[in-house]
Amino acid sequence: MMSSNKSPNRMQLLQEINEVSLAVNDILLFLDTHPCDKKAMDFYKDTASRRRELMTLYAREFGPLTVDDALESDGDTWKWMEQPFPWEQEGGCR
Amino acid sequence: MWNYEKRLQYPINIKTPNAKLAQFIMSQYGGPDGEIGASMRYLSQRFTMPNRMAAAVLNDVGTEELAHLEMVSTIVHQLTKDLSMEEIEKSGFGPYYIDHTVGIWPQAAGGVPFNACEFQSKGDPITDLFENLAADGAIIQKQKILAGKKFSLRSGYHSPIFSSIRLLYCRNSSVRLKSALRGFGSLITISCVISPGLPVSR
Repeated sequence: MMSSNKSPNRMQLLQEINEVSLAVNDILLFLDTHPCDKKAMDFYKDTASRRRELMTLYAREFGPLTVDDALESDGDTWKWMEQPFPWEQEGGCR
Repeated sequence: MWNYEKRLQYPINIKTPNAKLAQFIMSQYGGPDGEIGASMRYLSQRFTMPNRMAAAVLNDVGTEELAHLEMVSTIVHQLTKDLSMEEIEKSGFGPYYIDHTVGIWPQAAGGVPFNACEFQSKGDPITDLFENLAADGAIIQKQKILAGKKFSLRSGYHSPIFSSIRLLYCRNSSVRLKSALRGFGSLITISCVISPGLPVSR
């Protein structure tokens, strides 16, 4: 896990978001069929809150990945639009 | 309602275009065992699933399938970027190119357009869940071919695609579907009793 006081690297942070999000996706499907499993529930709480943290951090540093995080990004322009689509290999204006 | 996240479920960064491979892999997008079919199958069947657990599985698996179809279309998009006309002709990508250039359009590897007949939504929970297990088996077979060593060596496959197809392979949903089906255990017995004409395997 990354230390939170240093400015993170964009690709590293995105990679961490991808990893923790996959864990959330997986445990949520398990919980759908095992809603009373306490261990799974604890795992969900840990991973989902970690994901929340990282998504907010990403939005503050690099721009929002979801429209709900658009408020976290500074400035008067619409940062959501400026974020590259994930199939683009290079970001920037186009 | 859905929220979009501007990231892929698994990152894809293909450096070398390969039109022939694109033609094969696009089947995983709009082919008979493709991700569009998978997603539409689950999301359509949700409405008549009487048990909330099974409906939740269909809802959440169908949602994840949307992320999978985005991954597959990204692979096809990146594989067909900056191709020369010569490469397009030589690779056999010509017929697709005539109709769509390098636009993403759902079709099978053999050119058959995506069709809703590739999945079923019958309004009966047992029928639908068995349909899903059968479809999942077919999808696993296809991904096994796409992610297999034999195929990858012959088509000049390279590791970024290999690893992303592996992810799709590992994310197949039969375990969760079987759990959902187990919830209908007593219902299966009942339907065999009240409909004696049905095959015993139901």
